[in-house]
Amino acid sequence: MSERVAERTGEFLPRLQLSPDHDLCPGCGEPLVLRLILELIDELGLAERAIGVVGIGCYTALAPLIDLDVIQALHGRAPSLATGAKRMRPESLLFTLQGDGDMVNEGLQEVIHTAARGENVTCILLNNGVFGETGGHMTATTVLGQRTKNTLEGRDAARHGHPIRMCELIAPLGGATYVARGSVHDAAAVSKTRRMLRRAFESQLAGEGFSLVEVLTMCPTGWFVPTKEGPGYLNGVLGAVHGVGELKREGKLLAR
Amino acid sequence: MRRLVEGSEAIADAALAAGCRFFAGYPMTPFTELLESFAAKLPAAGGACVNAESELEAIGMAWGAAATGARAATGSTGQGLALMQESLSELTRAELPLVVFNLARGQGDYFQATRGGGHGDYRLIVLAPIDVTEAVVLTQEAFYLADQWRNPVLVIGDYLLAHTAEAVAVHALEFGALPAKSWAADGGGGGRGRPRHVSSLGTTPGSKGIDPERAWQALAAKHERIAAAEARFEAEGVEDADLLVVAFGSLARFARHAVRELRAEGARVGFFRPITLWPFPSVALAAAAARVRRVAVLEQNAGQMIDDVRLAVLGAAPVVGIGGISTDPSGFGIGRLLDPENVRGRIAGALR
Repeated sequence: MSERVAERTGEFLPRLQLSPDHDLCPGCGEPLVLRLILELIDELGLAERAIGVVGIGCYTALAPLIDLDVIQALHGRAPSLATGAKRMRPESLLFTLQGDGDMVNEGLQEVIHTAARGENVTCILLNNGVFGETGGHMTATTVLGQRTKNTLEGRDAARHGHPIRMCELIAPLGGATYVARGSVHDAAAVSKTRRMLRRAFESQLAGEGFSLVEVLTMCPTGWFVPTKEGPGYLNGVLGAVHGVGELKREGKLLAR
Repeated sequence: MRRLVEGSEAIADAALAAGCRFFAGYPMTPFTELLESFAAKLPAAGGACVNAESELEAIGMAWGAAATGARAATGSTGQGLALMQESLSELTRAELPLVVFNLARGQGDYFQATRGGGHGDYRLIVLAPIDVTEAVVLTQEAFYLADQWRNPVLVIGDYLLAHTAEAVAVHALEFGALPAKSWAADGGGGGRGRPRHVSSLGTTPGSKGIDPERAWQALAAKHERIAAAEARFEAEGVEDADLLVVAFGSLARFARHAVRELRAEGARVGFFRPITLWPFPSVALAAAAARVRRVAVLEQNAGQMIDDVRLAVLGAAPVVGIGGISTDPSGFGIGRLLDPENVRGRIAGALR
């Protein structure tokens, strides 16, 4: 069987991305989300008033590519850093970039309180249901039955507990105004996710309060599936538990 | 005009006079009144005080505020500082100016303040005011030193400092010009290929990968420069002393009083007080101890600063501890040691 190398489909780089060069795995969904964020900020004309707060995970390696002011946080702590930064720079667009290990495991308390306080920031959760950077270990969002390096027979509720569904947890909180879960498993999903991020940013610019956009992202390396099966696994396995859609807009819970 | 105010309020006033515009904290005795003072005073000054859900988040919020270039602070009691250690070491590596207050329960946090419990190689500048009047000056200087060195500065006090009322007048003090914070991630740096990334990881915008060795060597070199430049102390009556008493913070106030009384009665006893616990004033202490018969360390703990005293004196004179654990059922670190007669008795005992 011959190795197939993905063909480069173009040289196009978002204006706010300093370089195309990074070390994330083939088939990873995280660079797609970075592209959406950077394109949107450029489109909205916010390059000179945006601050990104980046957590610790694979996506941390994307931070140096960002042509925006960036504050690097400790694992789990991005929502608090965003709180302090936004309070001092209320005119800025403040977003965090965190993985599921970062936001839902290590820093769950932070994001809940940041949402409840109604901090006027946008938290972006890259949810691939696994600790990708350590090589594929269970996180709080790992779905039942999912195999990881520390749930070798699949996540079993009796031994490992149940997954936390982040948007469903945050949406009922009073300070949260926009809560949505997107995915990047195909072009239509990417397009919907882009619209969610736009609505979150617009909500923040209107001063409405806390917004959360969760994006399901592929991690074929951490799931131990072939790269080309990543999008299908994401939509079929993770998407079945972490359902895509908007949960809250303009402070009102939406029927699903 | 001087006003009679408790240390907590005076420290908050001094921080505001220094331009502090952000504070976050979580209540804990005896730190609570400092949080109350910031909560009452910061909004009117155009700042923000956030009641954090824990000390982990309090220091995270202050970190975010400081990263935008604002003067920011947080604080707690030693127990809360324990929770902040990871952030303190990482902040140091991100070279962020931040002022942190530990209004501690006694003096048992000397090791925490000077060694820390965080990961990796890092140092905090540690200032230990003796009273409210000095706290007003050192609080303002803490913000200056933090900006000058781009390093967190810890101001350590105790129940007595927090709750003793003294007549003080708080004016903004001038410490000299500082460079503009061109490194600050204030949101204005995007889109031109030269963004400001405030990071502890040794990254460079536009390049992949990290270079922690270069970053950490530069940090270590900076800490050597701080150690050479910033050691502060107070010394009294050391020229003819047989016995040198070393103490810091509130307890040093008792020690200084007793030493003055004993000297007035003809005793050959001197007083040495580190004002910076890091950098420790080792060179000055070695000089002060060069001709004494004995060095006595008075500290309200099981013996922590005595290690630094021994390292400074290097065997030139015997070093003994005359303090010890002293608290009361409140657990707030008050106890029988904080008593002029008791302190005088211990110093007189070491003279014999």
